[in-house]
Amino acid sequence: MNRSFIARNPSVLIFLAILALFTLGVTVLSEGFGIGLISTSFVKVLGKTLCLCLIAIAMDLIWGYTGILSLGHFAFFGLGGYMLGMWLMYERTRQIVVNSLSDGVLPPTPEEVTTGIGNQIFGVVGSSDFPLIWTFADSLVLQLAFVVLVPGILALVFGWLAFRSRVTGVYLSILTQAMTLGLSLYLFQNASGLRGNNGLSGLQNLPGITAPQSVVSLWFFWASALVLGLGYLLVAWIVSGKFGSVIRGIRDNEARVRFLGYSVETYKLAVFTLTACISGIAGALYYPQAGIINPAEVAPIASIYLAVWVAIGGRGRLYGAVIGTAFVSLVSSWFTGGQAPDVPLGFYTVKWVDWWLVLLGLCFVLVTLYAPNGIGGLIDLLKRKRKETDA
Amino acid sequence: MSTLLEVSGVTVSFDGFRAINNLSFQIADAELRAVIGPNGAGKTTFMDIVTGKTRPDEGHILWGDKSISLIGMSEAKIAQAGIGRKFQKPTVFEEQTVQENLMMALRKDRAPLAVLFFKPSKTDFACVEELADQIGLADAFLRVSGELSHGQKQWLEIGMLLAQEPQLLLVDEPAAGMTPAEREKTTAILVDAAKTRAVVVVEHDMEFVRRLNCKVTVLHEGAVLAEGSLDHVTKNQDVIDVYLGR
Amino acid sequence: MKTLLLALCFALPFGHFAIAQTTPVQDVLQSQRALIEKSSRRTIGPAIDALVASGLPQMQTVLEIWQAKEMWQRKADGLFFVATKNADGTYTLRNFESGADVGTAASTDLRQLKPNSGVRAMIATALVQFQLSDPDPAKRADALNSISRDPQAALMAPLRASVQGETDPNILSRKIRLERLMTMAYDTSVPNRVAAIIEMSGDLGVDFRATLNPILSTTRVLAQTQPDANIAQEVIAGSDALTRKAAYALLVAAGDAPAEITADARDAALQANIEGGRIAGFPVAQLSTEAARDRAYDALVSGDLARPRVTQADIDASLANFRFFDVYTEPSQTVTTAAEDALAASETRVAISQAADLGLDALSLASIYFLAAIGLAITFGVMGVINMAHGEFIMMGAYTGYVVQLFVPNHTASILIAVPLAFAVTFAAGVALERLVVRWLYHRPLETLLATFGVSIALQQLAKNIFGTQARPLTSPAWLDGAWTINDVVSISYIRIAIFILALLFLALFLFIMKRTRLGLETRAVTQNPKMAASMGINPDRVNMLTFGLGSGIAGIAGVAIGLFAKVTSEMGSDYIVQSFMTVVVGGVGNIWGTLAGAAMIGGFQKGVEFLNPSNTLAAQTYMIIFIIIFIQFRPRGIIALKGRAAGD
Repeated sequence: MNRSFIARNPSVLIFLAILALFTLGVTVLSEGFGIGLISTSFVKVLGKTLCLCLIAIAMDLIWGYTGILSLGHFAFFGLGGYMLGMWLMYERTRQIVVNSLSDGVLPPTPEEVTTGIGNQIFGVVGSSDFPLIWTFADSLVLQLAFVVLVPGILALVFGWLAFRSRVTGVYLSILTQAMTLGLSLYLFQNASGLRGNNGLSGLQNLPGITAPQSVVSLWFFWASALVLGLGYLLVAWIVSGKFGSVIRGIRDNEARVRFLGYSVETYKLAVFTLTACISGIAGALYYPQAGIINPAEVAPIASIYLAVWVAIGGRGRLYGAVIGTAFVSLVSSWFTGGQAPDVPLGFYTVKWVDWWLVLLGLCFVLVTLYAPNGIGGLIDLLKRKRKETDA
Repeated sequence: MSTLLEVSGVTVSFDGFRAINNLSFQIADAELRAVIGPNGAGKTTFMDIVTGKTRPDEGHILWGDKSISLIGMSEAKIAQAGIGRKFQKPTVFEEQTVQENLMMALRKDRAPLAVLFFKPSKTDFACVEELADQIGLADAFLRVSGELSHGQKQWLEIGMLLAQEPQLLLVDEPAAGMTPAEREKTTAILVDAAKTRAVVVVEHDMEFVRRLNCKVTVLHEGAVLAEGSLDHVTKNQDVIDVYLGR
Repeated sequence: MKTLLLALCFALPFGHFAIAQTTPVQDVLQSQRALIEKSSRRTIGPAIDALVASGLPQMQTVLEIWQAKEMWQRKADGLFFVATKNADGTYTLRNFESGADVGTAASTDLRQLKPNSGVRAMIATALVQFQLSDPDPAKRADALNSISRDPQAALMAPLRASVQGETDPNILSRKIRLERLMTMAYDTSVPNRVAAIIEMSGDLGVDFRATLNPILSTTRVLAQTQPDANIAQEVIAGSDALTRKAAYALLVAAGDAPAEITADARDAALQANIEGGRIAGFPVAQLSTEAARDRAYDALVSGDLARPRVTQADIDASLANFRFFDVYTEPSQTVTTAAEDALAASETRVAISQAADLGLDALSLASIYFLAAIGLAITFGVMGVINMAHGEFIMMGAYTGYVVQLFVPNHTASILIAVPLAFAVTFAAGVALERLVVRWLYHRPLETLLATFGVSIALQQLAKNIFGTQARPLTSPAWLDGAWTINDVVSISYIRIAIFILALLFLALFLFIMKRTRLGLETRAVTQNPKMAASMGINPDRVNMLTFGLGSGIAGIAGVAIGLFAKVTSEMGSDYIVQSFMTVVVGGVGNIWGTLAGAAMIGGFQKGVEFLNPSNTLAAQTYMIIFIIIFIQFRPRGIIALKGRAAGD
């Protein structure tokens, strides 16, 4: 099956080859293992971009292929980040607390350690008790499972409710946006048990690992590249077969698919949940590279940016989603990071920090109006031109 | 001939307006039936009810040898039970090829996992090709269906219905917008299809109905006005009143 | 002749004692001279009483001057004056009656009377009775305010005395009310107090409840037998009101039981007894669990190196010896019973009033949601266009108001200018958006959503660039300040009433435009069937443009209204956009009554949740969203749904 699938989709091989070359190149140029041309912080930026590309693929599957414009996938991304972040923060704090307590005369008891960790983590929200959701924070295996399960179950419940009542189109988009808003408002509360608007921090430090950040950042970079490659392969395989036919059918004409005897709701739910799980994994890889996660990350705006990236890249083509995301997020961080040169107009100096979003917004309007297929559409056009000249 | 579908005493109203009013209707295995009626007679709503899109306020709809009630079943379940429906406007998946369209419609397990791991066998390919041949699209087999002509899309949709291997085909105005040659071919496809299964054709065009040469049901204001051969119903005074005005 | 002589006398540096004396006030003061000079809180009472009892009208001034430390005594003859310092360091002396200049004196010859705070408070109390009968109603009201702020038993008599002569009906009713309240609290006769309490039973005022609460205050006492006191209730140790732990803590505090050994105390004892890496024979390194530490401590106890632990059995035994009572501070049971009943009656009525207040709150929140959503009801509800920049139109309206206020300082005028101007600005913006973007995307709602979202990003950042990130004020006219107070519980600010009225006006406007004007007719025609409408001579382009402009313009006016009570920031639009869409969707798309119902439901639900969990408005919004998602399960097309084929798919 797989051989024929790859044979039918040469673009998958091309993508994987480029990704591998890119990973190799970054490794060789990095500070950790190479000649040090690329700084550690830029390796992190690139690694984070790979994670964003992964969620963009999920977004493309749900939106570009299935036609559901979800404005909630960054919520799943954030949840994935929180789940792994809980373990990272708990375990690191535990080691710090054990270290400091072992200076005392009496050896620390487990109760003292727990109270110490509680004070350290929840002191900022005026508490020292562990909320119920931290019950399994000491177990890496369980928290890793939650990275997939929590976004998955949320998507399953929300999707079941939404699809069952045949909410479609923009209504569904708005409903997913409301879900994201609800979640972020919930996380903003101190009572949420996830440190309110302080979020989780210090996630860049792997507990028990003494390797320098220049090395750790590369580990995460490799992991991101690997998972992106696997994710791409998985999604490309899903959309290439009859399942892909069905979901594209749902996108183009839901009623027809239904009268062909397919349970449209089940398909939507399956895709929605699967993409939520992928988003959770992407988030779990992203936030250790970012170092901190807080509820603002989950705000509705983030999910809309995701749609922007995918649209600019060209939806309905996986490489389009990747190109759009990599391009726009890197350019964004260049412009907003203050590296872009200001443009003096004599009477006014255009500072890109201020004007980048205006430009992005307008570009996005133009892309929607004049290039609905985005950058990927241009590539398709070139391919078709070449075919025509060949023929 | 046993009864395949039995609709009895069905009523549907939208905001007080009775689109279907105590309608009763029966069709047997391998029967070709034309349903005619003026605008607003409830022809499309009748199809919506049978296919599960609209839930009736009252009445029974019984299906097949085991007389299963269709009320409350989802559209997908009803389609799986063996009722195929063709829309008024041709609805095919325009971005996919004729082959993909037909393959999707082929009678197979519709569960997501089964579909995900589905790999078409040689017989499946043969079956799809044969269908394409039957609807006259063998030459366009690998073309994207959006490029097809209006008539070809109609045939493709009928082909997709046939691929489902339904026991009952509901066809809504198949001949609308077709050239005379295309109509003739459509008639042939439908008559051929009706040899092995029941086919209900909703149509405006009397000429087309005449060619189908089958029993006709006249709907008016959501109820059956007359039933019988075309000649029989066209002589019925009520039908003349309804069609020509009083 | 005599006046001349007088004038001559006054001109002398040291006044002639014989002339400037014996006025009635001075006489009274001189009679109490010893006490006034001593000026001690314990002894001054009779002196103040005597001053008051003299019945002289000027006595109020005298007391005020004394209180303000402006009364001076001449050392030479002991007479009292008002003195003010001159430029050359001497003091001008004036008498109390007329304020007439009665001479000057050097500061060395004078002594300032400096009553301490205790004395000043007593003077103030004495003054109250004058103030209560002051000819100026404002002063009388001030006196009442000061009594109700700090009621004292001593003030009851003067208050009662002043009721008789009161002419102002408002002040009279306040006096009577205050008198009743003070009777409850301070009257010496129990029947009087009970009568006052029963008379006001069920009253809603905060002052009434504030008076009853101290009467009903209790202290928790422990005793072996039931004490002879006004007992509110016996509290059982181990109940919800008093856990066994808390009860034991009371015993410990009273010295009737030994304190429990805390973990810290235990660890301190352990650390104090380390000998050669061992504690009572246990190696220190092994004490890494609570149980191990307990065992080590027990070993210390048996070696008599530490105090024995208080076991559960000890606690049980101690608690068994004692009973716990809540005892009223107020000794009279008749009074406390009456007060309990009166308070219960009040609380029932307060609960009803609070429900009414909550209803008003919900109503005003609903009006805000309705205002924010009504523009959407046109662009989204009627036209079916998803405009994500709708929130930014609200923001533009609010900033228009802010800019107008920069140029027009009069707040009433500026609001009157801002409303039409905001409409004009956002109408123009809406028309531009429709012409440039939306019209290319009709019937592609998802694309419209994305494109208008791009516009929203750009507009938001643009506003940030122009106006900065900090919030800008949009001040409401003075006549909108304040609140309409129905009783002590129910009140609603004028601005919220104004917004409610504005919402009603908009509803009427919407209905009028849609049902009664040519534009409304054409809009409905175009949205239902653009081709048919065009063939009947309606220009769909023009109609779409105007309708979209209208919806946007209304958003602009809503922006001015919202800006009046919320902060004007570049992000204010995004705060409302999700709720606005929810309002329209929950209500039922395409029906203004549905939008109204949606706003009412969402506003009501949110206030309801806030009422149940008042500390957390964020949670209220989360619950509201969950509620909406579930609500859509049951009514996917909203509260007021279009049915049948017209609803489309």
